[in-house]
Amino acid sequence: MRRRFGLGSLLVLLAAGAFFLLPLVLTGIFSLWQGGSTYNLATYGKVVNTGAVWTSLLLSLRLTIETAALSLVLLVPAVIVINLRAPRLRAVLEVIAVLPFVVPAIALVAGLTTLYTGPSWLIGTANYLVVPYFIITLPYTYRALDIGIASLDLRTLTEASQSLGASWFQTVVHVVLPNLKAALMGGALLTLTIVMGEYTFAAILLFRTFAVFIADTGQGAITEAAALSLFSFLITWAAMLGVVFSNRRGQTALGGAR
Amino acid sequence: MAVLVLSGIEKGFAGRRVLSGIALSFADGEFVSLLGPSGCGKTTLLRIIAGFERADQGAVLIDGRDVSALAPDRRKMGMVFQAYSLFPNMTAFENVRFGPRMQGRSLTEQKERAAELLALVGLEPHRDKYPHQLSGGQQQRVALARALAVRPAVLLLDEPLSALDAKVRVQLREEIRRIQRETGTTTVFVTHDQEEALSISDRVAVMHEGTLRQVAVPAVLYREPADAFVARFIGAGAVLAGRAEAQGVRVGAALLPASAAAAIAPGGEVELFLRPEHIRLASDAGTATAAGLPAAVADLTFLGSFTRVRLTLDGAGVTVAADLPSGEADRLTPGARVFAWWDAASPRILPR
Repeated sequence: MRRRFGLGSLLVLLAAGAFFLLPLVLTGIFSLWQGGSTYNLATYGKVVNTGAVWTSLLLSLRLTIETAALSLVLLVPAVIVINLRAPRLRAVLEVIAVLPFVVPAIALVAGLTTLYTGPSWLIGTANYLVVPYFIITLPYTYRALDIGIASLDLRTLTEASQSLGASWFQTVVHVVLPNLKAALMGGALLTLTIVMGEYTFAAILLFRTFAVFIADTGQGAITEAAALSLFSFLITWAAMLGVVFSNRRGQTALGGAR
Repeated sequence: MAVLVLSGIEKGFAGRRVLSGIALSFADGEFVSLLGPSGCGKTTLLRIIAGFERADQGAVLIDGRDVSALAPDRRKMGMVFQAYSLFPNMTAFENVRFGPRMQGRSLTEQKERAAELLALVGLEPHRDKYPHQLSGGQQQRVALARALAVRPAVLLLDEPLSALDAKVRVQLREEIRRIQRETGTTTVFVTHDQEEALSISDRVAVMHEGTLRQVAVPAVLYREPADAFVARFIGAGAVLAGRAEAQGVRVGAALLPASAAAAIAPGGEVELFLRPEHIRLASDAGTATAAGLPAAVADLTFLGSFTRVRLTLDGAGVTVAADLPSGEADRLTPGARVFAWWDAASPRILPR
């Protein structure tokens, strides 16, 4: 039994741990540095009291909610219909869902600004970011949903529901969605991790999201940027833990989305 | 409770005909099984009744009303599926309450109905358990209660026992029959298991390659199969091709006694159908009360209280099976010479 976790494995684990944790620990230490050999929490106090930090954080969180809502509203019906009524279209959706991986963000944003025109409440505000965010999170949200649905016997469940007198709408609301809770939660949390860290679109389109704010701060106040980066990490990690936790509790798995 | 009528149902998938000319009536409160090998179209027929598939032609009528164009949720059919179909996010009680809830019944009514049905299937103590906390048999009982909770005009059972182990299957089928009698619900039961169909049905409809081959009460189906397919499919027996003569059927050089052959023009090609329980064996021709046919024991299969003895009939060159009490079969060994005989009224003559 001892051989299963030998010295080699331990070394690999330590090396990997150091690779991931060392930069974070050093960032943490750096964020406490006040010059010379002074280390304290003053930077954090300054960051917490800067209004722009909260404005940018709230903007990123709002964009996360809007993106997650848009993804779910568009994707849930699409995935259900494709699984039940048009399984042949599944391949098409698969391709569409992988496309964001092969189109570089910079090309996407250039294309978007040329093609997308519309009402000022969309184009003139940060809401505009929801469009590219929906596209870049698509591979993750689609995969999460698809796996969630595949783990259910969707056909039998919907037929059972209909034979009991439920309409299509009632079936989706009372039977399908509650059983996809874990997948929906997973999709939403993955959206959070991606949107919180997204820089290219926001920076080019001149919106001050949390990631852009951190980068801007880094130009002048480098210890503050380190503190904010650490904070951003914590949010993302909390979301990842949420994904793991919702997987463990729900009946559905999120294998492909990680 | 309702009268269900299927008339002229035709259905094809991708150019292949899966159902043709299905006409069948179900009396009020009747329990009818659709029995046949896999791929015979029985589940497709059930799904057409439920509304999950549309027939290319023909109609489904409930109490004289054509429901062919209605969506499944408007047909008032309760259905129990082969796969466990309970809603995983709901307890047993909530599953059973789902139908009345969708029908817009009052909360009191929903709860009363669910409690009543759970009691009927004997699962009151498990009402707050989720599907994954219930055994397969319990899950199917909840599914049955759930289907009955909507007071369906017709109850549709799509191989509900096939995923269960043998013992639970027998218990549950008896329970299904008891509950069906108590509620008086017209029931269509799909199965490929003939024992299941024969033991619980008022009538059995045998299907093969998309057509109905015979619809009859179980005893008639067993004793008087309409054709060679039904004869082979229901129970055990030998179907032997030969030519009719006044005293029986000539198979090879041997004349196999069958009084029914007298009704056929001599020389007509027929099939003689013999069940294992019809055949008696004697160690010499003299003990046989009718003319014994010399035969050799091919092999013996011990089946508990009886032993199935396969015999090769001299002259006919065919093998038939005879069921003997195991005590009697003990003295036989493969290769032993015996005389086989049967009451000439027992074999059935099937047209070819």
